[in-house]
Amino acid sequence: MAPTPSSTTSTLTLDINGEKHHLSVDHRTTLLDALRERLGLTGTKKGCDQGQCGACTVLLDRRRVVSCLHLAVAAEGCEITTIEGIADGDDLHPVQQAFLDLDGYQCGYCTPGQVCSAIAVIEEHAAGWPSAATEDVRPESVPPPLTPDEIRERMSGNLCRCGAYVSIVQAVARGARAHEEARTATAEEAAA
Amino acid sequence: MKEFDYRRAQDVTGAVALLAAAADARFLGGGTNLVDLMKSGVERPDLLVDVRELPLDRVESTADGGLRIGATVTNSDLAAHPDVRRRYPALTQAVLAGASGQLRNMATVGGNLLQRTRCGYFTDVSGPCNKRVPGSGCPAVAGEHHNHAVLGASGHCVAVHPSDMGVALTAFDAQVRYETLDGPGEVPLTDLYLPVGDTPHRETALPPGALITHITLPPAPLAAHSRYRKVRERASYAFAIGSVAAALDMKDGQVREARLALGAVASRPWRARAAETVLTGAPATGETFAAAADAELAAAAPLPDNGYKVTLMRNLMVSVLTELAEGDAR
Repeated sequence: MAPTPSSTTSTLTLDINGEKHHLSVDHRTTLLDALRERLGLTGTKKGCDQGQCGACTVLLDRRRVVSCLHLAVAAEGCEITTIEGIADGDDLHPVQQAFLDLDGYQCGYCTPGQVCSAIAVIEEHAAGWPSAATEDVRPESVPPPLTPDEIRERMSGNLCRCGAYVSIVQAVARGARAHEEARTATAEEAAA
Repeated sequence: MKEFDYRRAQDVTGAVALLAAAADARFLGGGTNLVDLMKSGVERPDLLVDVRELPLDRVESTADGGLRIGATVTNSDLAAHPDVRRRYPALTQAVLAGASGQLRNMATVGGNLLQRTRCGYFTDVSGPCNKRVPGSGCPAVAGEHHNHAVLGASGHCVAVHPSDMGVALTAFDAQVRYETLDGPGEVPLTDLYLPVGDTPHRETALPPGALITHITLPPAPLAAHSRYRKVRERASYAFAIGSVAAALDMKDGQVREARLALGAVASRPWRARAAETVLTGAPATGETFAAAADAELAAAAPLPDNGYKVTLMRNLMVSVLTELAEGDAR
């Protein structure tokens, strides 16, 4: 980034899905608008534009954030992952596959945000993070299983106006199981 | 949104100097509140000084057994930290009760304390608001105020502070450390927020241009036995209509020491010292807890549509204290 004295624009490089993008932005540009309007990455959706609906959820350095409240200029230096970078080529991510298999959507508008958020939820849970649904938050306590109550609490930042929540909760649970099986398989391979 | 310059600060001194050099600059942490307010025109800075790369992102134990929390620690990292979960569990519970997973990943501790009220009149630039335009009037007093203050408000402003984190920090005697051009300073969190009076636009006791650098928590063994409970209009992802952070130290059925702070009832996280006085040395019974709640709420001055909060807070205090006392007896 190279700002000139008292400038309202910056030239910057954004690292998105493993690819470097160079662009000049007005500082007012949110990451969401940069993705959609400047870089053609329209998988990330604009819902409320106020940080309330979660449709614009992307991963910054593997953590989920709402891109509508994140300035593009402030995202330089971060590893950005959008819904376009979730699958491995034509192989869907297990969470994407679970949403597809279990109809975790109706109109699909909130789905990219739901999927990005769910992937992060599974990682946060695997890292031992408690949630507001966790009765005992002390580190010595047994980590809470990813129950439907835990999933609903952890996914509460993603609204679905079609009300597909029942299937979404099931899809997140299945995605988490696939994640756990993959981890176990990796651990067994390492041990063998 | 008004156009603005953007700079990233690499050290605390530089951040303070950058801010001071502009006419109307703001520090940018997670931006979850500031960017939203800039979109609606409530905030119109000419410069944002991004402080997220400052070396203030650690939670450290202090020599005396307390905690030192950097101002740019995210809500998520604070809530997940083993020392916070073990020694101040109500703080983890309070942070996790606020916002969403996405917002907690962005939001910072310093920004959380300095976030603005969510009063609908404050965020609507088309109408009056004494906090936003001094002297313009407070439509909430005669208008929509079912979620507004019942303690410490004035006829000039009845908005509440929205933080959950701040309520637990207030119960645990947090100190706010800051840096200015003239050097560092410190203020107890209970004194950070100014009385509303007739100057609701003046919100904190921080000197102009000050950057919050750390929050320190003194050692508090009783905080290991603490709890935060929040009441809201839906099960998750909503601001409180009332909340309580509490800790109890008991021996032989008597309260030796109590900490109690209330959220969503005042322009600041509300330390319930009148209740603490009643609790200290008294038997840990429902009667004591009710008397303590009543002592705190004696000063309540509800508006026509938020009187329910007085009953709610009384029941909430009694309930949380009872849970803590029963947990201790087990």
